[in-house]
Amino acid sequence: MDDRLPGIRPRPSLWRRLDMSARRGFPAATTALLLLVTAAPLGLPGQAELLVAVALSCVFFWSLFRPASLPPPVVFLLGVLWDLLGYAPPGVGVLILLVVHGLALRWRRFLVRQGFLLVWLVFVGIATGAAAVEWALSSLLIFRVLPPAPAAFQAALTAGLYPPLAVLLTRAHQTLAEPGLS
Amino acid sequence: MIRLSIPVRQALAKLTLPVLIAAAFGLMLLGKADALLAERARMALADALAPIYGVVAEPLARVRDAVDNARNLVAIYRDNARLREENERLRRWQAVALALDAENATLKANLRWIPDPTPSYVTARVVADAGGVYARAVLLSLGPNHGITKGQIALDDRGLVGRVTEVGARSARVLLITDMNSRIPVILESSRARAMLVGTNGPRPRLMYWPEGTQPAEGERIVTSAEANAFPAGLPVGTVHYSTSNAPEVEPAARLERLEVVRLFDYGLRGVVAPETSAPRPTDRRR
Repeated sequence: MDDRLPGIRPRPSLWRRLDMSARRGFPAATTALLLLVTAAPLGLPGQAELLVAVALSCVFFWSLFRPASLPPPVVFLLGVLWDLLGYAPPGVGVLILLVVHGLALRWRRFLVRQGFLLVWLVFVGIATGAAAVEWALSSLLIFRVLPPAPAAFQAALTAGLYPPLAVLLTRAHQTLAEPGLS
Repeated sequence: MIRLSIPVRQALAKLTLPVLIAAAFGLMLLGKADALLAERARMALADALAPIYGVVAEPLARVRDAVDNARNLVAIYRDNARLREENERLRRWQAVALALDAENATLKANLRWIPDPTPSYVTARVVADAGGVYARAVLLSLGPNHGITKGQIALDDRGLVGRVTEVGARSARVLLITDMNSRIPVILESSRARAMLVGTNGPRPRLMYWPEGTQPAEGERIVTSAEANAFPAGLPVGTVHYSTSNAPEVEPAARLERLEVVRLFDYGLRGVVAPETSAPRPTDRRR
């Protein structure tokens, strides 16, 4: 893609290419790292729900603002990581993350031009839907109706975690992952 | 790399997401059809992470202890008075217990009582919460060649914690008694009535199926029952506590939300154990 754009660029030396790939891999790598950190024994209350909240927020944010750095196969792998760390029935997290990714891509053109509040409101809807889908699929896959209270808590936590996380991610997005555009 | 024309590449890019979503459904079916596969993948990841979490757990425990210490300093005077009084009371109880112990020993000697075999146990560090939104479990860090098997019983210093459900090469997962899938045969200590302890994912599991006419009393001690040959008799589980909706629940004796070290007992009971994998376990393969 870069070859077709006119302009003068520095020679793609090894270090430069390494630098570029590191920046390109930043969203996926930080998301995976955040997932591993939230699965660590921090002793926080509601840590299991926090894992889901982090996965959803990160994938939504990066799918919306830097989809090139988060292709569907990477989302798939992040979903597998969530399923394994969160002890959910396998496949549930993968499906939810892929659907969130797809929705973010579809609404991208409209959403990136809007203010933070509207993006957050859309995310609240997505978080609620994701919690409901996770609850329904988990219930279906273990053939038992699970208590709905954790799902509600999870939705609320996800919605609440997004604004502070988005502040950090926006900063990273403007400086680290995409230099020159800030 | 294969060079594709732009329309083909675009079509492929459009297809990736639907194909992966279909793969997610496939993964769900696979997980349902072959539960062992998911379990093995999970334990492989847990094996890789357990040493790292073990290293992280140490400073975190330090920090938590420091916070606790600071909090305790405030309450030290009041606690001291309370402990003195409690110590006095416990000393009296100790005398009673020693007398009863001696009496029990002589009675058993007279009755030619077959003593219970002393179980072997190992102690392991809890490195992470291995539950999820809908599960309550902990992950233990173990050395290689640990010899832990499924169905072994985990206790902390106060009471029953749960049972080992998944074993990896360097880690094991213990399903807590509060998990939704936990069912434990218990005995109400004073009425000797049998009941089931059913986990609800909440902090207090519920007491169910006690015989008609023997209502569990508030504060009554609950111990495990040897019924079904899954647990030895008499392990302390907790005390009965009635919830606001007047359902008997059990306040676990073990500190389940603050587990740091558990002891894994091998009572050699194979009553109700999850089916052992037909494939060799990683520990067996190495020998």
